[in-house]
Amino acid sequence: MSDLSLERISTDYFDVLKELGNIGAGNATTALASMLQCKIDMKVPQVRMLEFRELGALLGGEETELCAAYLGVEGDITGSIMFLVKKEIGLHLVKKLMGDMAGDDFGEMEMSAFKEISNIITGSYLNALSSMTNLCIYPTVPSLSIDMAGAILSVPAVEFGIIGDKILLIQSQISDEVDIDGFFIMVPDMESYERILTSLGIQV
Amino acid sequence: MEIKVGMADMNVCSSPDSIITLGLGSCVGVILYDPVSKHSGMVHVMLPDSTVISNNSNVAKFADTGIEELLKRVIALGADRDKLIAKIAGGAQMFSLGGAKSAIKVGERNVEAVKKKLQELGIRLVAEDTGGNCGRTVTFFPETGDYLIKTIGKEPVTI
Repeated sequence: MSDLSLERISTDYFDVLKELGNIGAGNATTALASMLQCKIDMKVPQVRMLEFRELGALLGGEETELCAAYLGVEGDITGSIMFLVKKEIGLHLVKKLMGDMAGDDFGEMEMSAFKEISNIITGSYLNALSSMTNLCIYPTVPSLSIDMAGAILSVPAVEFGIIGDKILLIQSQISDEVDIDGFFIMVPDMESYERILTSLGIQV
Repeated sequence: MEIKVGMADMNVCSSPDSIITLGLGSCVGVILYDPVSKHSGMVHVMLPDSTVISNNSNVAKFADTGIEELLKRVIALGADRDKLIAKIAGGAQMFSLGGAKSAIKVGERNVEAVKKKLQELGIRLVAEDTGGNCGRTVTFFPETGDYLIKTIGKEPVTI
């Protein structure tokens, strides 16, 4: 069991992770639609394993401005989860929620609104994971950052860096009147990976 | 020409070229530079210590092994060991979680580890722009020895 590496997990259990991503993102989309009171479509999410090097180029390059909410995960599994969108998409979501009250850039109110949106999205994502696996999973209060993609992505990369040279990314594409590319980066520690897979009835 | 360094990556650079790394967060961009021969190199350090991690095949990822390897490479390029100086940037804390998780504080630890390694190797640290909570894009110009640091929403600085 101890030889379980992230690389092996990704090749052997890709479909499982994809399904988890799919259901989680589905849940998150439903929650978002009811919060914003609009119709939101969702495409099949993509689950990818990326080298650190490739990471920056994603989402339009290392210097693209992103909105990111970062939450710790506690309970039967431990780790963290990050929800990322491009800055203009983040602002679009905030405007949907706040209506005319939203400004054209991120101020305190807008940040707070984005935090709330992230809370709902990641919370419903983790709920799906929790009910599928029967594990207790709680998110901590989110922390928000609006900065360059490279700098933000370095945070989960560091956590993955402790266990390997790659990062696992779940990309969910949803759209209302504009395409919203949302990314989830789930970073459970290695024991938690085992626990997730085992509780889904998979021998590891 | 502009030489690019990715995350957990390193490269060398001589005048008149420049060397760049985009979007440094908690990572640290370490420059070793010989002002006479104008040879330099950059390593994009992600974690402080290779000895506490089993998966440590990529030397550029860690402060200790990364700086050692970079030193070898700049010397191989023709830099004079005794003339080498260092400049560093990065080590920000991008998110502030109440729980003070170790991964969150990694920026601070990276900076400490880099300084310790430089001291151990007897390389003088002449300039730094570290800490804070914003991402940095950094470019080093061996021709002038300027280390240009750009952040979103602020004026760029040169150290």
